[in-house]
Amino acid sequence: MIADALVIGAGTAGLTAGIRLAQGGLRVTVVGTGEGCLPLASGTVDVLGYTPDPVPSPLAALPAFLAANPDHPYRLAGTGGLEQSVAWFVKTAEPLGYRGELARNRWVPTVLGGLRPTALVPASMAAADLPAGGEVVIAGIRGFRDLHPALLAANLSQATSGAAAIQARAVELDWPGSAGDLPAFRLARRLEDEEIRRRLVAQLRPRLGGAAAVGMPAVLGRERAAEVHADLERRLGIPVFEIPGLPPSLPGLRLFDCLRRALRAAGGRLVLGSTAVGATLGKGGVDSVTITQASRRVDVRAGFFVLATGGFPTGGVVREPDGELREPVFGLPVRGPAAGEELFGDEYLAEHPLDRAGIGSDAEGRPLGAGGAPLASNLYAAGAVLAGGVPWREKSGEGICLTTGWHAAEAILGSRREDAA
Amino acid sequence: MSMLMETEGLSVRPSLDGCIKCTICESACPYAAVTERFPGPKTVGPQEERFRHGPLSADWSVDYCSGCGICSRVCPQDVRIAEINSRARAQLKEQRGIPLRDQLLARPDWMGRLGRPIRPLFNWAMGTPLVRFPVERILGIHRKAAVPRVASRTFQQWAKRHPSHPAQDRVVYFHGCSTNYFEPRLGRMVVAVLEHQGLAVDIPPQGCCGLPLQSNGNFPAARTYATRLAHQLHRSPGEVPVIAASTSCGLMLKREAREILGVEDPALVDIAERTYDIFEFLRDLHEHGRLKTDFAPVELTAAYHAPCQQQNQLIGKPALDVLALIPGLKLVELDRDCCGVGGTYGIKKEKYAISMAVGAGLFSDIKQTAPDLVLCDSETCRWHIAKATGFTVVHPLELLHRAYGGH
Repeated sequence: MIADALVIGAGTAGLTAGIRLAQGGLRVTVVGTGEGCLPLASGTVDVLGYTPDPVPSPLAALPAFLAANPDHPYRLAGTGGLEQSVAWFVKTAEPLGYRGELARNRWVPTVLGGLRPTALVPASMAAADLPAGGEVVIAGIRGFRDLHPALLAANLSQATSGAAAIQARAVELDWPGSAGDLPAFRLARRLEDEEIRRRLVAQLRPRLGGAAAVGMPAVLGRERAAEVHADLERRLGIPVFEIPGLPPSLPGLRLFDCLRRALRAAGGRLVLGSTAVGATLGKGGVDSVTITQASRRVDVRAGFFVLATGGFPTGGVVREPDGELREPVFGLPVRGPAAGEELFGDEYLAEHPLDRAGIGSDAEGRPLGAGGAPLASNLYAAGAVLAGGVPWREKSGEGICLTTGWHAAEAILGSRREDAA
Repeated sequence: MSMLMETEGLSVRPSLDGCIKCTICESACPYAAVTERFPGPKTVGPQEERFRHGPLSADWSVDYCSGCGICSRVCPQDVRIAEINSRARAQLKEQRGIPLRDQLLARPDWMGRLGRPIRPLFNWAMGTPLVRFPVERILGIHRKAAVPRVASRTFQQWAKRHPSHPAQDRVVYFHGCSTNYFEPRLGRMVVAVLEHQGLAVDIPPQGCCGLPLQSNGNFPAARTYATRLAHQLHRSPGEVPVIAASTSCGLMLKREAREILGVEDPALVDIAERTYDIFEFLRDLHEHGRLKTDFAPVELTAAYHAPCQQQNQLIGKPALDVLALIPGLKLVELDRDCCGVGGTYGIKKEKYAISMAVGAGLFSDIKQTAPDLVLCDSETCRWHIAKATGFTVVHPLELLHRAYGGH
């Protein structure tokens, strides 16, 4: 197999780099072990939520945050790159209607009724930026195990949005379809049926009272989600917002569907189920990367390679039996706890030594080899495989993936333009 | 033997320990999405597998898995979900018996051999609703399910008289049952296209790969078939590539016979590593500058559907890569995972409606695209899509053959 660019990893960073490169005219193949992390993600774009203090404006907070965290992946593209990559994302994910701005975080409810900061949300969560003082109804579905409206509403009523408290009231609806197990993916599909929606609304409408908005589990359709959401708002007469919860996450799946289509529309190829297991280096940099197929391993030759395999949780960083941390495709050295040092701290929710582990890179995003210089001139890294970020504490996961994926693609497109000139 | 197969062959059941219950497979499963009879690949797979000790199976629901393999492909933990479920299905059938219908559907070679002497009658009967009603009642084969027409002459009969091409570089052609009994014309086109590249094509006498037996739960017979086929194809010497134009049978040789059935016969192990999908092989030739590109323009719009077992080979979409070289041809890539037929799954009376619901998105995309031709590499998918949409569905090789001036 031959490509102009091979992207390893099919999460947010890999797909961003792949789409951008394909839009730039390269023949791109993206390989991923599976569907990556998007189907598990909330579908929001978190950029910077805590430093560790709550962040009102990611854009305003970024310079001081970078000064305090000089190794953070955000250093690669800087504020300008962040703005450009997010603008590109909103355009690329246009069918999902992302709203929001980098200058102001929104505080949206979690499935347990907490509030968390995020910069951009899909149209189905636009109304989740809760009005202070007004009443919201949290409408759950009896038998759906992943959102408990009473628990959510009770906790949400204790949270504060701005000056005044939120008043949340729980409503439980009977599922109008057949009984039995009600996983999210099945509810989403059934809700694309207008009759099911009509019967659900018939139960909910009389119980709205003076509520300003309705929060529902994030199961409002998959392929026809925009239609489902608009129809519910029309029938109820007030804004409806989705509350993402446990996987499978429909907002994440919709985003995955959307990015996969964008890659295909740009002429890129996605191969899922295939794992990159090694690489061959030559004089000109990386010659090929070895991937698994059904009965053999093949070397994929390409002009450029993007490593977007994620961090420790997704196998982009592994721990060898001798305790050494290593990047498994290129054997890159990993910055993080050395062999024998503790990987985890005592407190579950505290920062762990392993959290910031990842590979180092130069200013272009090229991974550093054992000598401290870039391993190869045609290899770039993007996303959580890069050292220095703690996405789950910073609330920076999508921001890091988008901006580094976009930055790697821009660097590759730029170096091609240089070669052509 | 490669490291990969060594580890993969052993790791089907233990791989379930990698399951983190993320449910990505259930969200991606086209069957669980449309029927509650199939609770989802994780539920019947990594979850229920822990309760399958000894002779007891949890329930019948694993029988509603079509074996499309999408779950294994999307799993970020590389859990062999579809393979676990295939084995569980066989275990269930071992306990409860395999119905006569499934025994028949599992042997396309029998159907071909029995149908040929009475070919006019067979083809007429299968196309006649008055006959299909009792066939559905008695055998449980849905009256509307697509059934292929038996050809007058087998591909093997043609191959025996086909003069050998005097070339140094050789390939072995594994044509499969469908080409032999139902679509011998496709086999002749495969040979013509390969010979056009200056290759000599060996066509050893060969039987069924055992895939339909495997998916209908008869593992002992499937093992016998797969092993016998490997020895038949192995007669050709050395490192000669084995070319398959049927994607599911090709995958059977490449991986499933080893991974699911656990066949470790040296002939099969050897064949597995040198089996290529026809377009995978042609794309390799092109990447080495060896594919003939003397194409005549083909002024058509063709919509391509990549079948599940083609995608499960993890080779991308080589048919699109190669067909893109043909001048005048406008290709549309259909963006759907599964047509719903699942080999013999959608032919069965109790599963036909599920099969049509799974394929609904694909069918409506095809009708909206309104192409001159639909392309699909897998025979059962072609028959199913053609019957459901009324469009002409051919193997993508047919267009390549036409571009080379073939008729």
